[in-house]
Amino acid sequence: MAEIKILMAKENVKNSHQIDVALANGAYSNLEKAFKMKSVEITEEVKKSGLRGRGGAGFPAGIKWSFMPTGDRKKKPNYVVINADESEPGTFKDRWILERDPHLLIEGIVITSYAVESNTAYVYIRGEYVKQAKILQKAIDEAYEKGFLGKNILGSGFDLELTLHRGAGAYVCGEETALLESLEGKRGYPRIKPPYFPAAIGLFHCPTLVNNVETISNVPWILENGGEEFAKIGKPNNTGTKLLCVSGHVNFPGVYEVPLGINLLTLLETYCGGIRSRNKLKAVIPGGSSMPVLKAEECNVEMDFDSLKKAGTGLGSGAVIVMDETTCMVDVSLNLLKFYAHESCGQCTPCREGMPWMKRMVQRIKDGNGRPEDIPLILNVADYVGGDIDFSRGKLGKTICALGEAGSWPTIALLNKFREEFEYFCNNGKSMINRDKSIKTPENAVPEVVAT
Amino acid sequence: MSLKFSDEAQKKFENLLTRYPNKRAALLPVLHLAQEEFGGWVSPEAISYIAQLLGLTELDVYDTMSFYTMFYNQKMGRFVIEVCRTLSCEIMGASTVTEYLENKLGIKSGETTADGLFSIRNAECLGSCGTAPMMKVNDDFYENLTTQKLDKIIDLLKQKA
Ligand SMILES: Cc1cc2nc3c(=O)[nH]c(=O)nc-3n(C[C@H](O)[C@H](O)[C@H](O)COP(=O)(O)O)c2cc1C
Ligand code: SF4
Ligand code: FES
Repeated sequence: MAEIKILMAKENVKNSHQIDVALANGAYSNLEKAFKMKSVEITEEVKKSGLRGRGGAGFPAGIKWSFMPTGDRKKKPNYVVINADESEPGTFKDRWILERDPHLLIEGIVITSYAVESNTAYVYIRGEYVKQAKILQKAIDEAYEKGFLGKNILGSGFDLELTLHRGAGAYVCGEETALLESLEGKRGYPRIKPPYFPAAIGLFHCPTLVNNVETISNVPWILENGGEEFAKIGKPNNTGTKLLCVSGHVNFPGVYEVPLGINLLTLLETYCGGIRSRNKLKAVIPGGSSMPVLKAEECNVEMDFDSLKKAGTGLGSGAVIVMDETTCMVDVSLNLLKFYAHESCGQCTPCREGMPWMKRMVQRIKDGNGRPEDIPLILNVADYVGGDIDFSRGKLGKTICALGEAGSWPTIALLNKFREEFEYFCNNGKSMINRDKSIKTPENAVPEVVAT
Repeated sequence: MSLKFSDEAQKKFENLLTRYPNKRAALLPVLHLAQEEFGGWVSPEAISYIAQLLGLTELDVYDTMSFYTMFYNQKMGRFVIEVCRTLSCEIMGASTVTEYLENKLGIKSGETTADGLFSIRNAECLGSCGTAPMMKVNDDFYENLTTQKLDKIIDLLKQKA
């Protein structure tokens, strides 16, 4: 199949973030068509496409849209909220859209809002994305000027107010209910579900649709080409393309748009130029830091929701973190636990206490004072915080939000799959790996410094 | 000394209020605005001012603000250098970047230089994992770092100061 670019179609277009360039390349061309359709027809098209959420959980977008009360069922204002928090370690794909094709996102937001009968939409962007927020704000202003946002868009009678809202540094605000709290001007504490399912009780206690940037950016293409065409890309139940962001020890890290189901090794070899310095591949985290690691020999796997789940991990946000033989897995585990201990919002005891506890135990191993019995102890704590990776045991959901699992799963996988490394560290007080802490900026990266 | 927004900031503030159905929802953007306006941090006076503007208590403002790492409750260096320490950056040499900066500036992470120019902090993943190692200085990202590049950046920042 020829390479299909839905999200990165303007990859080679200069200044594609500017409205004139975007318009010349077809931006907003699907609005007229959308407004001629009934809102439910659009939702049907999205259902047919099989599009699954690109923010992490992979929930079918069309089904989520249909939870929104429309027509006679609508009693309160509906809201659309776009999740541009992008803080899952390893993830930098939404950034590509925000910087390079913000009008694609805005077009998607207009169509989506029309489909779920919402006249108010917010984009929640992580606070650190200052430049990206400026680009998107400019694009929003331009879209207002051209009449793609605001009152009576293109004479359709449909109104939409779109507001960019900046977060302020908190990973947990990517979790959709924490995000809503944050949008309401409060601490980013995740809400308890039920009853706080966003489609029922969301933003300002009104029905709210929360979707990821990448999810919504697929919508214009689906409208233009039809849901069935979209469903032909990728694999059954795993349709469409996916932005994969590859980081770590490959020659060409970056964002790649590929059909879902691409083989991970093909991705690394063909797109990413293989492992740097001709080193050996050691492990890959296939879907952002919350997903269990794959050992090199497990990497012959297809990159889609179902295949990765079968392999005991997940596609998550599409963040592929590649590690070569110089990586010490005790270091990796500690690094991630520091992250989760820092980012726990503190509402649930298992997460608030468990993450720092595991962190301190792994730190002790790294300091050379670990005991072999620490390993089952850490696993035990991980089990209490987030449950076993074996979903069938039904031990999930011990905490208010999935951050508990997000911190436990990678820990359990690292300890189980690289157990000998942890044991060696405990028995010998040092790593069995010849670690390389040097700066490994790829040679092809231009060492340019731009003063602003 | 009582604080007050400049005319321009006041306009921005009023526009913000029109974007939300209640005032409280404007708190994060107003905190960003205040931090920008009043010297790069949110002082107790700024908290009182914001509380009064939004009809909240000072405790409400502080309660929300203290949840987020980007709002500072103390004066920071002119340039706040945040080196990403999360996984993709670490395996690309982030700890060496931090060490290099600490030696170069003569401070530890978490400290500010005596001349008030530089603060070094560690940050969690900033969405530049494919261009690691990276750091953020105030609003700007510096990616694909090397030691030569770090020297050049520090020189440039000193010139700017
Ligand atoms: C701790 C945590 C962090 C999350 N961070 C993000 C994020 O940064 N961006 C995102 O789109 N979704 C994130 N999610 C998933 C959201 O809760 C939600 O599922 C998603 O925004 C729904 O959009 P989608 O259906 O289009 O994927 C996170 C979830 C959890 C539990
Ligand atoms: S699991 Fe952790 S982050 Fe999520 S609500 Fe509980 S304490 Fe907060
Ligand atoms: S890990 Fe450093 S920017 Fe993502």
